[in-house]
Amino acid sequence: MSTLLEVKGLVAGYGGIPALHGVDFSLQEGGVTTLLGANGAGKTTTLRALCGMIRARGEASFAGKRLIGMQTEDIVRLGIAHVPEGRGTFTRLTVEENLQLGAMTRRNGPDIKQDFERVYDHFPRLRQRRMQQAGTLSGGEQQMLAIGRALMLRPRLMLLDEPSFGLAPLVVREMFDILGGLNRNEKVSMLLVEQNASLALSLADTAYLLETGRIVTSGPAAQIREDEGVRRSYLGY
Amino acid sequence: MAETTLAPTAGEAVATAEMPRSLRRGGRIALISGIVFLVVAISIPLFFRNFVVFQFTQMLVYAIAILGLNLLTGINGQFSLGHSAFYALGAYTAAILMDQYSVNYIWTLPAAGVVCFIAGFLFGLPALRLEGIYLALATFALAIATPQILKLSPLEHWTGGVQGIVIVKPDPPSWLPLNQDQWLYYFTLAVALILYILARNLVKSRTGRALMAIRDNPIAARSMGINLSLYKSLAFGTSALYTGIAGALGAIIVQFVAPDSFTLVLSIAFLVGLVVGGVGWLPGAIFGGAFVLFVPNIAEGVSKGLSGAVYGVILILLIYLMPTGAAGFVRAVLSRFKA
Amino acid sequence: MELLGQQVLAGIATGAIYACMALAVVMIYQAIDHLNFAQGEMAMFSTFIAYQLMLWGFPYGIAFLLTIVISFAGGVFIDRVIFKPIHDAPILSHVVVFIALLAILNSAAGFIWDFTVKSFPSPFGSSPLFGSSLISAHQAGMVCVTLLLLLFLFFFFRYTRIGLSMRAAAANPASARLVGVRVGWMNALGWGMAAAIGAIAGILIAPVVFLEPNMMISILLYGFAGAVLGGLTSPAGAVIGGFTVGVVENLAGTFIPVVGGELKLPIALMLIVAVLVFKPSGLMGRTVVQRV
Repeated sequence: MSTLLEVKGLVAGYGGIPALHGVDFSLQEGGVTTLLGANGAGKTTTLRALCGMIRARGEASFAGKRLIGMQTEDIVRLGIAHVPEGRGTFTRLTVEENLQLGAMTRRNGPDIKQDFERVYDHFPRLRQRRMQQAGTLSGGEQQMLAIGRALMLRPRLMLLDEPSFGLAPLVVREMFDILGGLNRNEKVSMLLVEQNASLALSLADTAYLLETGRIVTSGPAAQIREDEGVRRSYLGY
Repeated sequence: MAETTLAPTAGEAVATAEMPRSLRRGGRIALISGIVFLVVAISIPLFFRNFVVFQFTQMLVYAIAILGLNLLTGINGQFSLGHSAFYALGAYTAAILMDQYSVNYIWTLPAAGVVCFIAGFLFGLPALRLEGIYLALATFALAIATPQILKLSPLEHWTGGVQGIVIVKPDPPSWLPLNQDQWLYYFTLAVALILYILARNLVKSRTGRALMAIRDNPIAARSMGINLSLYKSLAFGTSALYTGIAGALGAIIVQFVAPDSFTLVLSIAFLVGLVVGGVGWLPGAIFGGAFVLFVPNIAEGVSKGLSGAVYGVILILLIYLMPTGAAGFVRAVLSRFKA
Repeated sequence: MELLGQQVLAGIATGAIYACMALAVVMIYQAIDHLNFAQGEMAMFSTFIAYQLMLWGFPYGIAFLLTIVISFAGGVFIDRVIFKPIHDAPILSHVVVFIALLAILNSAAGFIWDFTVKSFPSPFGSSPLFGSSLISAHQAGMVCVTLLLLLFLFFFFRYTRIGLSMRAAAANPASARLVGVRVGWMNALGWGMAAAIGAIAGILIAPVVFLEPNMMISILLYGFAGAVLGGLTSPAGAVIGGFTVGVVENLAGTFIPVVGGELKLPIALMLIVAVLVFKPSGLMGRTVVQRV
């Protein structure tokens, strides 16, 4: 398996206050890597830095291309879909329009149509609500919509920022099952940022632990899951 | 308004954050600059001739009006394009009291304040349901309506109609060796200082924090038990009070009120002064007042035919240099010192 | 009753002006998510450009097209050059730059073409429509052009990819970037389109109110009122709002005794505000559901 995403010495912050102090990690093609950590550890900052949403220094390469310094709009065209914190739904637009926007950088009409069907197959409730204003959907449905929108890009890599946030456990379970399926069947690589460590570790193959802007431990997800010491000190269970 | 989902790059708010830490921490610097300001302010009449003293007095009057607007827009987040109306109300209150009831000019100030507070409060009540642009439109209507209302024939007996009212310039107390312009300058300066201190105390108090909470997150504020209607209306009333007192002072020093002095252009000037001084930063009012008074004159000096264009260019350049007004500039200078 | 009917029709005729302006206002609101206070002055300046082109000998049609192109470019320029440096500044700073722009355009127009009132030709002629004394051919033409523009915009925003991108860029720029929309250029496009629509509005309005630098000021106010009344998210609402403002203004002037010519505007605005108090998102605006 080749390395799809390689990050070395990533430094980034907000308005002069650094939140990341040199982060290293990598992601294999077809794999699921998870970034864990408490609030303020720098997980979301990492994803934003990778997408060009904030200024960053260091090395980040995706399939050989340098990400640092690229505009968000161009990074998207490389095949990276970011499902942001808070979903980032276009609340005033309809569900269908939201999905359409996901495919905005693609030209092939029939392919896009096909993907619409696939997304609706994954998330039947979205099909029910296609012409509804996205802002009227429940939290879980909006999360599905956000993932659906990312899928419309036919991404090579999906960045997911706390997809479980604020959702009921059953909904979360359902969503993670879908994500697992997407990874296995459609070969979508994923970089998952999560506070819900046990859930993330059940999906991921590799895990990195962030604490105040630094990676403190890493390894195969199964290993981290078993390691009681790590679980107690960093993951809270 | 546009939604964003990224926490640190928080959604657009009417004002920038509340008083920045660097400004609060610069407590000693604030004290020193306050003293310097006082010294300079007190010595102005000694060095300048009467007309210039009169101009500085006008500047102080505008500063008070802008201070009022800042309380409403900067601290409480309610946007107003209608403050020329409250200014006019204060001015006419003072003029009518002095002209028709021979009230001493000093008493017209609290009278104007009370009248405008009530008016502001009453306007604030229906305005509660309006946000952002809608409030702008409502206050806009108020500003446009004001000169027309002042010209209405049924009210002419009071307002003097289109010609307005002429007021007699008050004399300084006999035991002071000052002429009229100098006395009015010191009088205005004293009023301005008192009002500024009161405003600052208000902002630092629990009420001030409640007002700012309403500005930053009304839903959260309400869920903390802050009575939105009461505070927002009070904010309107207080803001109107300040601007009304400014209007009264303005009338006294100009010795004249007429409907066409109080148009939308005045409201816009207050807004420009607010932004130039720094939204949410009370001392900025003095910078705003100075800009509003002196820059149009400068622009006209540069080119009579294109004075508006010169004014616009100066304004744009100023915003480029200091996007958050004098407040931002001062903050940048202070952080240079701290670093 | 007949008087009412006549006044309503007359109101619709004047309302066409406001509707056109309101459309430009909503257009730019859709693009940049706040109001462009200099819209009126931009439209006025564009109209003067058309006037100048015709003075130089260009026929009406060519002057019209050229002006639209120039205005479009001007709008893009204003966005990409003048507003770029303050991109991250708070809204009020933007408002002040609008005000500055307003002052510059008004002053420049007065300087270049002076403040005397000039007449401006109409492609529809000024004779009464079908002999009716209430609505002239030009006014009817204005209504038609406004409706055509509306139709065009409706299709543009609803059914084209670019239209959707623009709406997304205005509503949620951060998310729009995440789907690859070039937000900066969408904003510029919105500005260009608004400037072009404003130019059309100005060119249509000038024959009625005559060309001079201050011609658009009160019209812009009515345009804003119409746009807000209709709900800023809806071009159709803006047009309906514009017509409504025209009708309300006329009726208020005719039937409310205190209201002479002077109080028409404030009363109209107040009535609109009253509507907004009861229906804050305007007549046709979509209520944005805010989940906490």
